[in-house]
Amino acid sequence: MTVRSTIVVLWRYAPIFILLAAWQMASELKFVPDSLLPSFFDVVHRWLEFLADGEIAKSGTFLWDAVRSFFASTVVTNTAASMWRGMVGLGLSIILGVTLGIAMAWFQKLRDFFEPIVMISYPIPKPALIPIFIIWLGLGHISKIAVIFAGCLIPIVISAFNGARGVDRYLIWSARNMGTREGKLLWRVVVPASLPDILSGIRMALAISFILLVSSEMLAAKSGLGFLIFFLGESGEYAGMFAAVLTITLLGFFADRAYLTIMRRILIWREE
Amino acid sequence: MADIVARNVRKIYNPDKRYPVLAIDEVSLEVRENEFVAIVGPSGCGKSTLLYMVAGFLDLTAGEIKVNGKPVEAPGPDRGIVFQHFALFPWKTVLRNVTYGLEEQKIPKAEREKIARKHIDMVKLTGFEHHYPSQLSGGMKQRVAIARTLAFDPEVLLMDEPFGALDAQTRGVMQEELLSIWSKRKKTVLFVTHDVREAVYLADRVVIMTARPGRIKEIVDTKFAGYKSTEEVLESAAFAQKTHQIWKSVREEVDKAGPLDG
Repeated sequence: MTVRSTIVVLWRYAPIFILLAAWQMASELKFVPDSLLPSFFDVVHRWLEFLADGEIAKSGTFLWDAVRSFFASTVVTNTAASMWRGMVGLGLSIILGVTLGIAMAWFQKLRDFFEPIVMISYPIPKPALIPIFIIWLGLGHISKIAVIFAGCLIPIVISAFNGARGVDRYLIWSARNMGTREGKLLWRVVVPASLPDILSGIRMALAISFILLVSSEMLAAKSGLGFLIFFLGESGEYAGMFAAVLTITLLGFFADRAYLTIMRRILIWREE
Repeated sequence: MADIVARNVRKIYNPDKRYPVLAIDEVSLEVRENEFVAIVGPSGCGKSTLLYMVAGFLDLTAGEIKVNGKPVEAPGPDRGIVFQHFALFPWKTVLRNVTYGLEEQKIPKAEREKIARKHIDMVKLTGFEHHYPSQLSGGMKQRVAIARTLAFDPEVLLMDEPFGALDAQTRGVMQEELLSIWSKRKKTVLFVTHDVREAVYLADRVVIMTARPGRIKEIVDTKFAGYKSTEEVLESAAFAQKTHQIWKSVREEVDKAGPLDG
């Protein structure tokens, strides 16, 4: 990164720095009591402690111990648990959702069967499923993965379906004209043509996955960032709770940025 | 040998629904090998429908169409088509769009790239091989579409108002280039347009269709022999006379079609 582009990025996020400064000021000047809103510096301090609190059996090699301690820390272990659940749940919903959405667009019989099911599932507030999945699947990873999977599936199915249905018939005719056989049309034309819709559906699902991840972990879990937020809040450890919220915020932000970058790369052919 | 023979072709849209539409009726037409035939007629007369049936995209309600003596059953690379709105694959570069048909024909990679580059050069787009369609102008996109279709060397060329979406200057240039390509690589061409001047200029014969249901009203010979240059043809009295004759004939049909079919 050049100096110039660094300045551009800093300038773009300047409002966030102003907000953080205002937060710190409000605490310093005692506008808000610490019990309601701990100061930003306290939160960061707590966050750094959470990064350094990994308890390990010392091996004596300093660097090796530091690395192991980092991976055993509160922040890293809980982030890892959350990310694992999120990625598996989202990944499964992408695989099934894209397949189902495109198949529904292509095969009338499948559409007739699944359309009412999708329509009835669409308005269900997905967090309402959390208690059910916990009863069925327990407190571990599986119940969270199932909630995220169920919540992300529908928007992905719908976007893949709309994308595949909206494929310009002239593109399909073109391909058939050049000798593409029926069986290969899906892969050679329909899938790439619906990619923009599919990818924006996945982006929506990514945001949903964070909401469901944290809320399901808050409700019942033994690890994860949602669990941490809930647990620390319950024990009155507000600086720690805010540190956990900060972690999930950063995680969500970087996940979306990274996704956007990848999406732009894949869709480089699209007109701006 | 590649000729097109249509016999008593009829097309009804939505035959089982409440409002079936008789689009084309009793159309019989023969296009000889290496002949350039243009179809003109008012909007909605079914001229594109006829072309899509020759291409194999649409089924016939009655009658038959034979290309090369064989009844048309499905689309195939023996009949290459060029659409008004290009229908390029937006996710593929110019080069990959042009190699697509060759790939489907199982032509080895090195050879299909060579053929593609030759055709890209033919439509004067060398240097744009790695551009995406979204980065090209309308005229350039249509050049790519023409290169893509000619690259897999169809015996019959079907053109569906190919220059209809282009501005007047570009259209003129493209018409000239098409004629020059066609004179070097003779093909049987069926060319749908609503531009009478374009039809008279490009085609050996012009088919005039009636307002819906589309029937063949008349077929006019538009071959101009004995002229030295295109300029001379375009400025000749014979060209003006033919254009006027066909234009009048189409105009009658436009008036018949009435405001509903605009």
